[in-house]
Formats: sequence, structure tokens, C-alpha cells
Amino acid sequence: MSGSSEFPGSSLRTVRRRVAGLGAAHSGTHHFWLQRVTALANVPLTLAFLAVLVCVAGEPPERVLATIGQPIVAIILLLAIVSITTHMRAGMQVVIEDYVHNEGAKVLALVGNTFFCAAMGCAGVFAILKISFGG
Amino acid sequence: MSDMHGAARRPLSPHLQIYRPMLTMMMSIVHRITGVALYFGTFLLVVWLVAAASSPSTFATVNAVYGSWIGLVVLFGFSWAMLHHMLGGLRHFIWDTGRGFGPEARELLAKLTVGGSIALTVLLWVVIFVVKG
Repeated sequence: MSGSSEFPGSSLRTVRRRVAGLGAAHSGTHHFWLQRVTALANVPLTLAFLAVLVCVAGEPPERVLATIGQPIVAIILLLAIVSITTHMRAGMQVVIEDYVHNEGAKVLALVGNTFFCAAMGCAGVFAILKISFGG
Repeated sequence: MSDMHGAARRPLSPHLQIYRPMLTMMMSIVHRITGVALYFGTFLLVVWLVAAASSPSTFATVNAVYGSWIGLVVLFGFSWAMLHHMLGGLRHFIWDTGRGFGPEARELLAKLTVGGSIALTVLLWVVIFVVKG
């Protein structure tokens, strides 16, 4: 910051912008942080999800449903679905921004990415809740 | 130099095809590919959950497809992609602390990522087939 006091005209950014720390895209480190937090959450959650799948593999359907419907199991699966779909959306967003350069196609792809991840998240959560609550 | 003018004559930064493939580079590329594969793999997972919540016959159909020869091959690849992406992510967490950027360290991390993912995937499926028959 000493640089800007020595050369007050050296930066076009206003003091308010610098304090806000949100950069040119106005979102700062939000995307990076969201990606990292969900990545960290995914480690135990996907391993637990995998363990559940291995446990129920080859079991009779009613036993599979009973296992998924147990509160502890269902809560872990719900957390996993939310964390995974959030992480998926953040990751695919970067891939789209890297490779799709046509502005219209890029916006469509980004919106499609959001729709797909929201649909996967909602469907997964609904299925787990329905299995848990029965009916 | 005098005839170099305009955007077309500016030197371009080299891209992938210029470099000799290296393990660390390949692990970076594979991390992204496994991420995209897992993105669509989640669809298979959600289909299975929705089928389980729908009806016994739908669940039986999906289980039959997933338990088929081709289904198991896809699930094997899915599990490897997941474990590889997870180990690759843990490698990124190490880099986030500012460690592991040296030549030996990053080469070791790359080897651990690919070796670990293959070893863990094989171990997983041995456990599945031994425990589940």
C-alpha cells in the first residue's frame, strides 16, 4: 500500500474498490472459496456415500431402501448430494469459461450447467427424502 | 523486426501441442477429465436414487442395467475417476498451503495420485467381490 501513497496516480482503482477487494468480476474469491469448501466436504461425504453403496450392493431391494432411509445414512447422503452438486457447478463453470469463447454459447452453457446441477441436486434430495419418509 | 506489425505477427504463447508430455501435466489434464466424467456420473447416481424411490420394478430394471457386464465396467471407471479426482484434490490442498511445488515434491505427488487411485480402485473392487461374492 506504500506504493500507492508514493504514487497516488499509479492506480486507476479507487480506494473504495480496493477496500472491497472484489476485483474486476465483482465476486472476489467467492468462486475459489466455494470450490475449496465443497471439495473439503466432498472427501468424507463421498467416501461415506461409497461405503453405503458397497454395503447395500447386491442386497434385497427392501433392505437397500431401509438402509438409505435410516436417519444417519439419509443425512449423510443429503449432505453429499448438496455438496457434490455445488462443487460440480463450480467446476463445470470453469471448464465452460475456458473452452467456450462465443459469448452467446457461453451464457447458454453456464445457464445449462446451473439447471443441470440444480436438477441433479433436487432429484437426489427428493429421492432420499421420499425413501426416508416412506410413501 | 520492421516487417513485424499487427496482431497476427505478435509472438504467441506456446500451447499444449508444443510441450513434451510430462506426468505432472498429464495429472492436471486427467484431474479435469475425471471432474467432467464425474459430473455426468452423478446423473447415474441420481437415476439410481430416483429409481429406488419410484417403484420396485423401476429399481429392479436400473439395478439389472448397473449390475450387467457393461454396467460394472462403467461403475469401475466411475469409482476410479472419483478416487483419482479426490487424490488430485488433496494434492491441491497441499499446494494451497504453499508446499509441494519443488521438482521432486510435485513429481512424487503426481505419482502418488495416479498410483494411489489405481491401488485404491483395485482394493475397492476386490473388497466388493470378496465381501459380496
